[in-house]
Amino acid sequence: MLKDITLGQYYPVDSPVHRLDPRIKIVLTIAMIVAVFLVHSLIGYGLILIFLFITSSLARIPFKTLAKGVKPLRFILALTFLLNLFFTTTGQVLFSWQFLTVTDDGLHQAVHFSLRLVFLVISTSLLTLTTSPIMLSDGLELLLSPLKVIHFPAHELAMMMSIALRFIPTLLEETDKIMKAQMARGADFESGNLIARAKAMIPLLVPLFVSAFRRAGDLAMAMESRCYHGGEGRTRLRVLKVTRNDWIACLCVAGLIALIVAEGLLIPEGWL
Amino acid sequence: MSIELRDVTYTYSEGSAFQSTALKNVNLTIHDGEFIALVGHTGCGKSTLVQHLNGLLKPSSGQVLIDGQDLHGENVDRRKLRQQVGLVFQYPEYQLFEETVARDIAFGPRNQGLSDSEIDSRVHRAMAHMHLNYDTLSQRSPFELSGGQMRRVAIAGVLAMEPKVLVLDEPTAGLDPRGRDRILGIVKELHRSGTTVVMVSHSMDDVAPLATRIVVMSQGEIAASGAPREIFRQRALMESIGLGVPEAARLNQALREKGLDLPEALYTQEELLTHLLRLGKEAGLC
Repeated sequence: MLKDITLGQYYPVDSPVHRLDPRIKIVLTIAMIVAVFLVHSLIGYGLILIFLFITSSLARIPFKTLAKGVKPLRFILALTFLLNLFFTTTGQVLFSWQFLTVTDDGLHQAVHFSLRLVFLVISTSLLTLTTSPIMLSDGLELLLSPLKVIHFPAHELAMMMSIALRFIPTLLEETDKIMKAQMARGADFESGNLIARAKAMIPLLVPLFVSAFRRAGDLAMAMESRCYHGGEGRTRLRVLKVTRNDWIACLCVAGLIALIVAEGLLIPEGWL
Repeated sequence: MSIELRDVTYTYSEGSAFQSTALKNVNLTIHDGEFIALVGHTGCGKSTLVQHLNGLLKPSSGQVLIDGQDLHGENVDRRKLRQQVGLVFQYPEYQLFEETVARDIAFGPRNQGLSDSEIDSRVHRAMAHMHLNYDTLSQRSPFELSGGQMRRVAIAGVLAMEPKVLVLDEPTAGLDPRGRDRILGIVKELHRSGTTVVMVSHSMDDVAPLATRIVVMSQGEIAASGAPREIFRQRALMESIGLGVPEAARLNQALREKGLDLPEALYTQEELLTHLLRLGKEAGLC
């Protein structure tokens, strides 16, 4: 039951997109987010959609998997759409029924805000689907390392991230085991009201916390005994290199942004 | 109370890329009063099998019958049946959570809905069974105890439910020899006093003097099942599974090959010792 939860949704295949430098991928994802906000009309969204479609097929990820990332957001999306649709008061009235009024500005905003959300989620999940958690934290560490000058703990942050990610499956397994052990002693996690259920979690959470702290202590000891002393002077197993493909990817995204800017200049205000 | 597994197959993460079959068509009947040792290599499906005995796992196909009643049939109170089969997981001390030892042991009986006085007497009995001193230990935090004591408290927590069948998954893993002998001695006493016992182990020396039947598992299937004497006679089979036979049986065979007059199927230290003393007397050595 708990094993079915997929966290850190890395999609393990080999593709040119997977092989890109994680630093470049993080920067390009941020660029994509900016691009999504620059869009003025549906044509711009069309461009982004085509771009994402091509990238996902290059990455050998079914577009369906990518689109699935939007599913948990469906309520927020619906809420965003409806709130913008009904509570925008500027612009021409298109439609009115009792206390509900829809204006053209409202429709415009509702469509734009929800599409923006959708594309934000899809672009960022393209990053997490094609980059393993380890690579991601490596990339983040290197991107943040200039901030070390102002004593920002970039290495420590990345280390914490990778340790946390590493222990998610372990803790899930542990939870499953403790849950079964308590069920064998007659614990009931499924029935009763909210308070009864919250109380039923105590026999699960206490052992889980105890074991998490024990593991953390053991891990700290193991790191200590292998002379871990933080990021200073530490070399890495995987040295990240920017290759030709990375530059091509940069050019592609730059091209996309240029197109979107052109679209914003060419298409008159007021179009959907 | 008898437990019968009929053609039980269990597949983890069925239908996904990580699919793996842990049990294949397992047939096993556990009768009243037996002491079954379930032995096999790591990953052979022992732990998966014992989780079927009280309905924590539902077979992908096949049936689990308790006294002839299908455990996963309709209108079956699984919680009630589960309480009759006490399952002690591997490293059970990691499931302790209460503030005091007595309250932790009372968790099971409390879930059974028993009266306070009954719960109290069960806690007393369970602690006595596990050689835990009620006066000195019952009000202490379980997290202050030694590893061996924690293990015994955790087993007491299952015993307090007074199950008819006690299933133990590697109860001696990670204990020192003294702690191991203590737990094995207690399990032996429990079996003598009428509890049916199923014990998972990979140590032949642990189970040899205790079990009435040994069930050998290999790659999700039952490779052999029978009285210890019969099982340990099949040394080649046991070694091909990577299990071997008890040290006493190995020594016995080596001595027989040297020409000593010993019976073929000896497997416990006591038996071997008695026979060696007899031979010594006959030869006038002692």
